[in-house]
Amino acid sequence: MNKTRTLLAALSVSLLASTSAFAGDVRIMWYSDGVEGDVIQDILNRFMKDNPDIHVTLDNVAYKVIQEQLPIQLEAGQGPDIARVTNIKELAQHWLDLRPLVADPKYWEANFADTLDWMRPDGSNAIPGFMTQLTLTGGFANKTLFEQAGVPLPGDKATWDDWIAAAAEVAKSQQLPAAFAIDRSGHRISGPNVSFGANYIGSDGMPAKVDDGTKAFVGKLVDWTAKGLMLKDTWVSAAGSTYRAAADDFINAQIPFYYSGSWQVANLSTKIGDSFDWVATGSPCGTAGCSGVKGGAALVAIKYTKNPKDVAKVMDYLAREDVVKEFSERTLFLPAHKGVVDKGGLKWVSADKNVGPALDKFVKAAGETMPAADALPPWKWANAYFAALVTRVSQVMAGELSLDEAWGRIDQDIADKVAEAK
Amino acid sequence: MTAAATLKAWTGAALAAPVVWLASIVNVPLKFWQRATGTGGMAAFFLAPNMAIFGIFVLVPMIINFFYSATSGTAYFLQDRTYVGLEQYQRLLDCGNYLDTATCHEDLFWKAVHNTGLFVVVQVALMTVVSMATALILNREIVGRSFWRAVFFFPVLLSPVVTGLIWRWILQRQGLLNLIVHDLGGEPHNWLTDRFWAFTAAVSVSVWAHMGFYTLILLAGLQAIPRDLYEAAEMDGTKPARVFWRITLPLLMPNLLVVIVLTLIRAVQIFDEVYVLTGGGPGTSTLYITQYIYEIGFASLLRNPGLASAASILMGLVLVVLTLVQLQVGRRGERKGARE
Repeated sequence: MNKTRTLLAALSVSLLASTSAFAGDVRIMWYSDGVEGDVIQDILNRFMKDNPDIHVTLDNVAYKVIQEQLPIQLEAGQGPDIARVTNIKELAQHWLDLRPLVADPKYWEANFADTLDWMRPDGSNAIPGFMTQLTLTGGFANKTLFEQAGVPLPGDKATWDDWIAAAAEVAKSQQLPAAFAIDRSGHRISGPNVSFGANYIGSDGMPAKVDDGTKAFVGKLVDWTAKGLMLKDTWVSAAGSTYRAAADDFINAQIPFYYSGSWQVANLSTKIGDSFDWVATGSPCGTAGCSGVKGGAALVAIKYTKNPKDVAKVMDYLAREDVVKEFSERTLFLPAHKGVVDKGGLKWVSADKNVGPALDKFVKAAGETMPAADALPPWKWANAYFAALVTRVSQVMAGELSLDEAWGRIDQDIADKVAEAK
Repeated sequence: MTAAATLKAWTGAALAAPVVWLASIVNVPLKFWQRATGTGGMAAFFLAPNMAIFGIFVLVPMIINFFYSATSGTAYFLQDRTYVGLEQYQRLLDCGNYLDTATCHEDLFWKAVHNTGLFVVVQVALMTVVSMATALILNREIVGRSFWRAVFFFPVLLSPVVTGLIWRWILQRQGLLNLIVHDLGGEPHNWLTDRFWAFTAAVSVSVWAHMGFYTLILLAGLQAIPRDLYEAAEMDGTKPARVFWRITLPLLMPNLLVVIVLTLIRAVQIFDEVYVLTGGGPGTSTLYITQYIYEIGFASLLRNPGLASAASILMGLVLVVLTLVQLQVGRRGERKGARE
């Protein structure tokens, strides 16, 4: 009898052990665009050396896992203790409020105030985490190709038309397949849309109908695609809201101008090497301004964690000014930490002469974004708007819809999404 | 008995001992069960584990899916979702004219339905003809017959994602095909952004990837046809075409029907290799119904699990109807064959 009891007790303990985290264990779900996985692991190793009672496991996963599997885990009340995510606002109800757990909430408010609203439910004052990187959409030009074609790079206040005309001249001279490309993403065309006066947010905070600003830029984009100025592959060769980057075409010198964002700097530096010179151009101007859209990836604590105190210790460490500075310098990411930004003097860790000026350009452009663009990252319906835009605009480019039909469909898609969420 | 034989017998007995011991334990309740329930009960006993697995992993998810289709909301747990009855189905079926997707509320769903219909018609016909032709060739006495059989079967072993990637590398703008076209002095073409060529590629790649399997089924059927029928036809001086239509095709019909049913079901479910190859583009010209369900259920930022469930149930119903029709046709064919 005693033997049976002992066996049952042992079995229960092993079952419990297999389903619950040990105190001191912290799991981070992390995805990488570049070298940030290695950098954060290095930083975490130092953390664990200083805090031997806490063991941090970094699970490096594909971005698709973060986008598609993490939301399902969270709905089931499971998931990691901490995660690096980009779908920050929509999943805000799953983030842990670190306010009562971190050593100094005021430090967090003082340094991450601008981006905390991006990751918490509307009206909340929670501290769910911090942005590991701030991104800003913007352009890149292949300086070498422009020089070879004898075409001067358009200046700071050059318009979209100026840039496309100059890039078209380069493409023609250098026999390239197209003048430019924009990543297949609703987020990416939102900066240009705003620059032409678009405002996605209605006076009640709900999605507004497609306005003249969006119509102006999207109309141009469709026209440029039809004329072969924009690389057709990126937008046309996929359905739905599938993301497609055109970075490889820029890296392979197939296009002289590429509109993407600051997160591409490390990628371009690594893959282009010294094949050609490139520069960040900021966002070309529309009729209302010259704005990109901010965004980025946040490191957030998950409220289903079994070890909230240990999670807070890890988060406190990673949000330290010196750690954020080191992380930004080594990953070539723009920091979202006010103290780091205000003090400046970031020493980008790169031997590539193109990198420093490009990042400085993005830092400068981050201060010039328009209010309608700044309102998008913390807006709950931004992703729905982006998805509807990319789905329908690519159908127009493929000749399946007229622009007028597309506007109606975009409005309807967004309205359906809003109705579904109610 | 030699020492080796003795050792072999001992080893056999040692290995069999646990099985014999287990059988002796199981034997008692089984005998009791058989006495109580008869042979029908024994069949149920042996089928039970399989049915349990089928129930847990197929039947229960199907039932849950049905409940999902009657709910709305962005939450994934059923208890957190709002019951809306048949609203999702009404939304999917809300169409002014089913042949004109522009009149449908869920135009992408109907685009996917139209695209799938066209894909099924072309792919099933092509797959059947190509598999049949390949099987007929491989059934002949050709040089390196085993080698060729392996060659045609090899793509079946590839993962659909690998298949899609290989063909994408070949067909993309800077792909192998354009390199060859360029080297031959031709003008490279953007195959995957051209609606006709993207569709052609989707059908061809799908046929290339799966024809080996169907060829094998038809080959088995061809080899089961008695040789004396062909010998008799040869002695009568029957022309090869007549031999094919009057002997080969009728006797191969059961295998052919299996191939058609399987190809049809597989074609309606087409997803992975085409998703990797074209992403559903250009525009939505290779967006098929399974991709639509996947996108709307999981991948899109406009995701709607209820709508995806409703679409998958409609697709399931179509598959059931198609299978029943095909089976009915098959039975008629068999009865006709038996009468003749």
